[in-house]
Parts: sequence; C-alpha cells; structure tokens
Amino acid sequence: MLMLLLVIITLYPFLYVLAVSLNDPFDAVKGGITIFPRKFSWVNYKEIVSYPNILHATMITVLRTVIGTITSVLSTAMVAYVLSRKDFLARKIVTALFIITMYVDGGMVPNYLLIRSLGLMNNFWVYILPGMISAFNIILIRSFIDEIPDDVEESAMIDGANDLLIFFRIILPLCLPVLATVTLFSAVGNWNSWFDTYLYCGGNEKLSTLQYELQKILSNASASSTLDYYSNLDPNRTMRVTPQSLRMAMTVIVTLPIVCVYPFVQKYFIKGMTLGAVKS
Amino acid sequence: MILPFLVWLIIFRYIPLWGWIMAFQDYKIGKPIFQQEWVWFKNFIDMFQDPEFYKVMKNTIAMSLMGLFFGFPLPIILAILINEVKNNVYKRVVQTISYLPHFVSWVIVASLISSMLSPDGVMNMILKNLHIIKEPILFLGEPKYFWWVVTFSDIWKELGWNSIIFLAAITSINPELYEAATVDGAGRLKKIWHITIPGIMPTVVLILIMTIGNIINIGFEKQFLLRTAAVRDVSDVLDLYILQYGIGTFRFSFGTAAGLFKSVISLTLLFTANWISKKTTGYRVV
Repeated sequence: MLMLLLVIITLYPFLYVLAVSLNDPFDAVKGGITIFPRKFSWVNYKEIVSYPNILHATMITVLRTVIGTITSVLSTAMVAYVLSRKDFLARKIVTALFIITMYVDGGMVPNYLLIRSLGLMNNFWVYILPGMISAFNIILIRSFIDEIPDDVEESAMIDGANDLLIFFRIILPLCLPVLATVTLFSAVGNWNSWFDTYLYCGGNEKLSTLQYELQKILSNASASSTLDYYSNLDPNRTMRVTPQSLRMAMTVIVTLPIVCVYPFVQKYFIKGMTLGAVKS
Repeated sequence: MILPFLVWLIIFRYIPLWGWIMAFQDYKIGKPIFQQEWVWFKNFIDMFQDPEFYKVMKNTIAMSLMGLFFGFPLPIILAILINEVKNNVYKRVVQTISYLPHFVSWVIVASLISSMLSPDGVMNMILKNLHIIKEPILFLGEPKYFWWVVTFSDIWKELGWNSIIFLAAITSINPELYEAATVDGAGRLKKIWHITIPGIMPTVVLILIMTIGNIINIGFEKQFLLRTAAVRDVSDVLDLYILQYGIGTFRFSFGTAAGLFKSVISLTLLFTANWISKKTTGYRVV
C-alpha cells in the first residue's frame, strides 16, 4: 500500500508533463489535465523542433555524451587496470593520489581559473577533459579486475601479448558487467550536466546543450519573457503555444532518452552498485 | 601506459589545489601566482565580517540539517519495506520506478516540481479538494516554503536510489538468522527489529558519517534551479555565494577563501564523525 503510493508519487509528475506537452496549449491553460491529454496535438513539439538552436543543442549534447562517455570509460578502466597490476611499482602512491581527489578539490574558483588558463573556455573539450577520470569508478572497476585470476594474464603474457593487448583483449571483455555500470553513470552524467555549459560556455550558442536550453527556459521566471526569448525570431509564434506548454515539451524531450534507455541497463547497475557496496 | 593519466591528474586535480594559495593573496589575473600580493588572512576576515556570509551559512546549514533529518531515515525504511515484499515482479517494478528520478537532471526535476507546485498544479488541487486551503498557495514564491520545497524535492529524487545500498546490506544478512528466529516464534516486526536493523547497522553508520561529512557540500543546483526572485534571501547557499562573488564579480581570492573554508569544515566534520563513530560503535570510514 505504502509502496503503491510511492510509485504514484514518483510517476505522476512524469505522466502529467507528458500529457500537458501533448495537449493543445490553450486547452491546457484551463487546467484539470491529469495523465491523459484532453485535446491531442503535436504543436508544442513542432514549435520546439523548429527553433534552429534546439537541433544544434541536441547535436552537441549527443556528441558530448558519446565522446565523453567513451573517453571516460576507457581511460578510467585503463587506470584501474594499471593500478591492479602488482608489478606496477608506484601502485600504492598513485592509488593514493587518485583517492585523495575524492575528498579534496580546489573548489569552484581555482577550477574556473584553470579552465580559463588552459584556453578551454568556449571550447567543446571543456565537456570532455575535466571529468575524464573518476576516482570512484576506478575503485569500482579495480575491485572487479582483482577478481580475475592472475593466471589469465600470465598465460597471455607467455603467449607474447603486450600490456595494451591484454587490456583490450582480455581485461575489457571480462569486465563487461562493471563497465556497463560505469558507462551508464558516465553517459547519464554527460547527458544531464548543464552547469559547465553555464559557467564555461554560457554565452556561446554554438556549444549550448539541451539541459542548458531547458534551464534557460526555466530561469525566465515570468511567463512572457520565456516566450519572448523563444519567439524573437518570429512574433507570430506567440499565437500558437504557451510558455507552460513549451516548457513541458522541452522537459519531455530532455527526459525521454533517459527514460527509454534506463529500464534496459537497470539490471547491470544494480549488480554493479551491489558489488561496489559490498566491497568498500 | 599510465603516464598521460598522471599528467591529467596533476593538471585537473592537483593544480586547482595549488590554487588555494590564492586565498591568502590579492589575486589579479595575468600575473604568475608568486608575484601576486600577499594579504594573508584578509580575505577570511572580510568574509567573517560580511553579513551576507552568515545568511548563506544559515541557509546552507538549515537545508542540510533538514535533508539529514528527513532524508536519512526514509531510504532505510524503504529498503526494509521493499525487502518484506515477497512478490518478485511487484518488488522489481517498485524498485525500477523508485530509482528513476535519480537519473534525470535537476533541471528536469525543477521543471517537474515547479509544475506540480504551481497555483493550478496538483498540490494545490489536492489541498483544495481536501478543503485544507481556499486560495492556491504560491509554494515557489514564498520564502517560508522554500526550504521544505528543496528538502522534499531532494527526497523525491533520491529516495529510491539511496535505498539501494541498504537493500544490498540486507541481502547480505545470513538467512539462517531469520530461520532461527522463525523457529523461536518471532513475528515479522520482531525479525525486522532484532535481525534486519542490527544487520544493516554498519552500513547505516557508514552512510551517516559520509552524509555528515558532506553536510556543508549541499551543492547549489536545486537552490539555483528552484528559486525565484521572491525567495532569494532563503535560497542563497555557500556555493552560490562563491559563484556570485568569486566568479561573478571577479573577486577570485575571496571566492577561493570561501571555498577553502568550505573544504576545511567538511573534512573536519568527516573526521569528527568518523572519530566519534570509532569511539562509540567501532565502525569507521577513514
């Protein structure tokens, strides 16, 4: 009973937003929509897709998610592998150096100045480089690699495989469950982030992301200014949608990929999380 | 093989630590860090004399404590409840749905919350139909509600997710203990009280220590995204203060000092909680 309530409380906002976004904007103003659209219409989505900025932002978001996730998972796994090798002399100290970063970081201002001095302001790579390696994920992957018997590596080495070959051909395939978890975390993180866009590329439309576009719509608190912002290209547009309906449609667009992918990867991350929790 | 990653580590994680020196200087852009003017503790003194600072500290601590008080026990209760469900399909569905909000961004959550709490949103509708209120409440427009909105948005988003770790702890309890209890005639509640709860205690203490260590790192996303002009006074938190002064007005040294202050507090809290826990319960994190 209690849990049914929890399910309803969790799902209701999503369904409500979906319903409003699919409803005729001016009909929606009357209120009373619950989880089904009353007057079905695609107009909100047509409206959003017709803004050139949105398509570009989608492209940037997808590009960032794909490149960011691949580089992050590969490099984190590589570091985890090196740190798992007992013949790596500086193993303890390098591990410690990575772990420390979980507890202390320079803070917002030094990071900002660093990004500035590296020339990463208004640069696509600011989405990829700073978050490339995660100490937490290193621990997760490493504890998985430690489970792999050393014999597997040794026999490969006798067969003449070098470190890189062992990593790509043996370690990576054996780590698939934990890599799936880390990939999910990293992809979601990339897809969801908006603050780096705000802080480092705020004025640059060429690097805007979907989350940032949604944030802009939200932060224009007064209703009319939202519409002004999105209708300054063509004043006639104001006639067809309302700020509320536009916001809902945008919310759905940004949420949809996550809701679609999530059920399929669920079983992996639960396994991965449980593993990490029991180990550490 | 690891060399490029070490370079990365030094650049992106250790150079910013080096930047802490700025907190004791009057940093001006364009000069190397050792040719900057040293002012020692002036930035900290300025900060402690700024009434604005006490306001943001009050907001930060208030929202953190509310989050701890309401947000900490709920995931434990949820994990115990989920564990009691015997129907596997139902269990799965509940879990899947309760984890979902964790995976959407705060931007989306802010959008959902603000539509739920709007004057014609579902919250006002329910309250009206129950005849608790006559006029719709402007939840996001009134300072007295803001802390509650933030706290419960956070619970809505993370409740299911935070329960995972406790569920994992429950599953690792030895099933024989339950069997023995059944033989002794213990009911469901007795089993929860005498086996489940003591069984997950180490995990509970561990998570509590880490939560306390993070109490000042409440973040700024929810506050930044949920606030409106009307609630500015109660929504500004330490990180927003740093953002606003440190970067917004180019007082880099001042912002760094505030950030350093935050790090020191959070490490102190972490070690204190850890030490107390070690003395009293024997569990520790670091």
